[in-house]
Amino acid sequence: MFTAGKYDVIVIGAGHAGIEAALASARIGCKTLMTTLSLENIAMMPCNPSIGGPAKGHLVREIDALGGQMGLTADKTCIQFRMLNTGKGAAVHALRAQADKKIYQAVMKEICENTDNLDIKQLLIEKIIVENKKIAAVITETGEIYQATTVILASGTYLKGRIIIGETIYDGGPNGQRAAINLSDSLKEIGIKFMRFKTGTPARVDGRTLDFSKMEIQKGDENIQNFSFMTDIPTKNKTFCYLTYTNNKTHEILKKNLHRAPMANGIIEGTGPRYCPSIESKIIMFPDKERHQLFLEPEGLNTQEYYVQGMSTSMPMDVQIEFLHTIPGLENAKIMRPGYAIEYDCIDPLQLKPTLEFKGIAGFFSAGQSNGTSGYEEAAAQGIIAGINAAMFVKGKEPLILKRSEGYIGVLIDDLITKGTQEPYRMMTSRAEYRLLLRQDNADLRLTPHGRSVGLVSNERWNRFQTKKAEIEIATSYLSNTILTPSKDINDKLISLNIGEIRNTMPLSELLRRPNVTYENLQTIFDIPQISTEAQFQVETNFYYEGYIKKQTELALKLEKLESKLIPQGIPYENILNLRSEAREKLAIIKPRSIGQASRISGVSPADISVLIVWIEQQKRLQSITQLKHHKI
Amino acid sequence: MIQIQGDTISAIATAFGEAGIGIIRMSGKQAIDIADRIFKSVNGKKLTEVKDRSIILGRIMDSKGAVIDEVVVLIMRSPKSYTKEDIVEIQCHGGLMVTQKVLSRTLEEGARLAERGEFTKRAFLNGRLDLSQAQAVLDIIQAKTNEALKTAEDKLSGKMTGEIYKLKQQILKIIAHIEAIIDFPEDDIENLTLNEITNEVTTAIDEVNELLDFETKSKILTAGIEVAIIGKPNVGKSSLLNLLSKSEKAIVTDIPGTTRDVIEEYINIQGVPIKILDTAGIHKSTDKIEEIGIKKTKEKIMQANLVLALFDGSREFDNEDETIINLIKNHNVIVLLTKCDLPTKIDSNKIEIHFPTEKAISISVKTKDGVDILRQNITDKIKNMSGDLAFIRNARELEALRHVRKNLEEAKDTIALNIGVDFISIDLRSALQELNTLTGESVDEDIINEIFSKFCIGK
Ligand SMILES: Nc1nc2c(ncn2[C@@H]2O[C@H](COP(=O)(O)OP(=O)(O)OP(=O)(O)O)[C@@H](O)[C@H]2O)c(=O)[nH]1
Ligand SMILES: [Mg+2]
Repeated sequence: MFTAGKYDVIVIGAGHAGIEAALASARIGCKTLMTTLSLENIAMMPCNPSIGGPAKGHLVREIDALGGQMGLTADKTCIQFRMLNTGKGAAVHALRAQADKKIYQAVMKEICENTDNLDIKQLLIEKIIVENKKIAAVITETGEIYQATTVILASGTYLKGRIIIGETIYDGGPNGQRAAINLSDSLKEIGIKFMRFKTGTPARVDGRTLDFSKMEIQKGDENIQNFSFMTDIPTKNKTFCYLTYTNNKTHEILKKNLHRAPMANGIIEGTGPRYCPSIESKIIMFPDKERHQLFLEPEGLNTQEYYVQGMSTSMPMDVQIEFLHTIPGLENAKIMRPGYAIEYDCIDPLQLKPTLEFKGIAGFFSAGQSNGTSGYEEAAAQGIIAGINAAMFVKGKEPLILKRSEGYIGVLIDDLITKGTQEPYRMMTSRAEYRLLLRQDNADLRLTPHGRSVGLVSNERWNRFQTKKAEIEIATSYLSNTILTPSKDINDKLISLNIGEIRNTMPLSELLRRPNVTYENLQTIFDIPQISTEAQFQVETNFYYEGYIKKQTELALKLEKLESKLIPQGIPYENILNLRSEAREKLAIIKPRSIGQASRISGVSPADISVLIVWIEQQKRLQSITQLKHHKI
Repeated sequence: MIQIQGDTISAIATAFGEAGIGIIRMSGKQAIDIADRIFKSVNGKKLTEVKDRSIILGRIMDSKGAVIDEVVVLIMRSPKSYTKEDIVEIQCHGGLMVTQKVLSRTLEEGARLAERGEFTKRAFLNGRLDLSQAQAVLDIIQAKTNEALKTAEDKLSGKMTGEIYKLKQQILKIIAHIEAIIDFPEDDIENLTLNEITNEVTTAIDEVNELLDFETKSKILTAGIEVAIIGKPNVGKSSLLNLLSKSEKAIVTDIPGTTRDVIEEYINIQGVPIKILDTAGIHKSTDKIEEIGIKKTKEKIMQANLVLALFDGSREFDNEDETIINLIKNHNVIVLLTKCDLPTKIDSNKIEIHFPTEKAISISVKTKDGVDILRQNITDKIKNMSGDLAFIRNARELEALRHVRKNLEEAKDTIALNIGVDFISIDLRSALQELNTLTGESVDEDIINEIFSKFCIGK
């Protein structure tokens, strides 16, 4: 066979995971190949035309802080921005933006094409070659061999993809693309275990046939914030979204046709996500709800296609048309693309290490939707970690493993590899036990040093980060060390700002603990350091929420001890008879890295953890005794 | 939550009812501080100041400063102790109830209830025990595992105490609503006002208080099962109590009507703590004091989980026995024919006819005949009373409930601050975490399942 090339890192797939993986490894300096079924598919958004939202927006900020691409491209190409949850604590503020799908893709393609060390090829990979438990090469549909030190699987929903629209079924990837049929079989041959998942997407309708006057208009924010810590120029809103509701008539039509839903007639076997139920399952699950909301979101500026968010369905075409026409504003809607359900193979993520490398196959990594997740942001987050760790593997350096207390990315990967998932995994802020520490505003402070140490953070980003950090430190120490004594002069000033007078001697920082007092306020009456708005926000937040932040930090530190207690590899769990059998089996499958991870496995009790700790200590002592004896002989 | 070492653990070191004294042992960084906060020595010295290995006399006080018990405290400082940490042992004299109260005090002051085998585990990990003892450590922990498994199974099969489950659902409901609003701000989820949250949290606090209200409402919470011994005067009630509890608390004479008040004693049958009540014999009395005693007896019967009904085998069945039968007909009963070492005069059919499911057991306090059968019968009965058994709260549940109450109170404080609903959720999650330590379920999964089952969410 013809050997067509040799790479440090080969990334299979050029979706959101693939791009971040390929860009990361290439930028770190590894010779990288990114393959895709079609060059037109790079960074495709087959589902909703939006990026961000609670937890997802946090992920984008974290990807950016590490030196990733998603945030930068989103800032450049998105057409409407909203900060959600502003009425709640800073930890759950979340940026969400409407994307222009085509422009997003074009910009991403251009960036990838112009990245040093990165080759992009239109190839269908059919086979993975493993030699001596190490990844060796990939083989294409047309038979060429590409040798590789590492391979990253980022094949999304393409593996054995099957499209279902009502009674119609065909093999295919999302959005009218080909499916990758043979690759999953090749992966099964090398011992990888799969699950079958399902997801769906609503119809796209023609904007010219919509009556927006019957809908509620949704505008973007006036003061736009960006995803990337590097974006300075405020982006402009260029479009609107629209809100409307289903009604009784809609529900009647759906109910009448339920027997034709692929879910009901047994055509769909895969497990669908609970957070993204089709409209037909919403009707079944919440029969008392009188109406369901739906958003009309433009797919871009240069298209009439509108995404009908909230109306995911796999009903036959005639039903889709009939029920859409009952909705105010959609009476004459013409469907441009029907909604559909897609079933696909994905790997069971329990087979992965926290580096996203397969446990039994050195140099083989996996990232994105093919790991059982859902969402562009979740995919990109895994992509950047897999890309970094493939590069670290090539360079023989320590891998990057983020802790749960360091980022949503840490939570995401730890959940996947420790608990597995029964449905496409979606990130939610409620999954993060240290939510208050993992704010979207401080992602850079948490992660940019990590990005720098693996070589992904540019000098420009690093300098900017250092400046911000220094500003925060100077201001914090100034505010904590400047003591206010009550005097008429000071109280008059405070009253003039509506802050309220002080009665006791206190550090200036105390004032920031009062509601509605900002750094900017204080600046008008006190001579405090001039710092950037972003740094001001950090200082305000740190003082305002100090008590709670301290509580969570302490908890994280306490548990950190367990995280840093590493479990030696190759433990014969089946021989530790004092473990309960369920724990024994789970531990043998998951092979946790640390005692902390072991304690999060469902079915492993605190007593099992105690047994494990004592057993490890016992083995350690036994070993040192044998070594001692050896020495004497 | 698992701690490898260092935090302060506390547990009762003696089995209930087996010895006159109950010992509470603490090990860890804070052990001496915690002991010092609940203890007043006779000589006025602080425990933090006394020499290693000192034995100090004094009193354990409750949180309001009232005396719980006269105790002896033994201090062993790190590293010259079993666990190589600071160890404090408190020896109490007042029986099970008091020992548990002292344990509770240590928990209130910041100690954590020890897992089974945890003292030994620390001793091993800190290098106090040698390798040959390692297997023993593993076995002790595993014993705990099996036991936990059993309770876990009980819980799965629906026996988890109904109230705790209810409480958990109440807290989960609030969290799920808050979290749904946070994670799905663009979905059509009904709003939740701070007032509504306050009300829901208050309801949860009330539920916890009801569960914790063990002193006034149901002593059974800490004491376990209550068993009342009843029978006509001189039938042998006090003798049986003394035998079961191996003490001489009740006065035994051949004068009918010796016991005029209700006497309580704690025993331990196959690991279940049981409170036994000796009662005044029931008959028509003219004696005022005796009459009060009889009235109390009747109350106790109403309250008891199980009644041991004694009939004198050495005498003919009489009117007084008849009265007893009428009193206990609708209760959970074990029928005993006493003094079986003497010639039998009673016709047991006259009794058994009223208790179709019971077979009378003949016993003798003198020869100990039938006593083992009686013990077995008590255990069986207790196992069958799953409804009543649900009332038994062990120390672990009580500890968890106290923490839950604290977290819920903190949630109320947070609501008052009005800094965002996500902060309220932090406190509520801690509460849920505490309850889940009892059931072993994962908080995150619980919350997410609840969100998806209660709210219609999705694109
Ligand atoms: N032979 C024999 N005598 C017993 C037995 N049990 C109790 N007695 C005697 O019966 C008498 C009464 O025993 P108590 O235990 O005081 O009876 P009680 O039911 O508590 O009586 P009151 O408190 O007066 O209601 C005592 O003299 C005991 O020694 C037994 O099993 N065999
Ligand atoms: Mg008596």
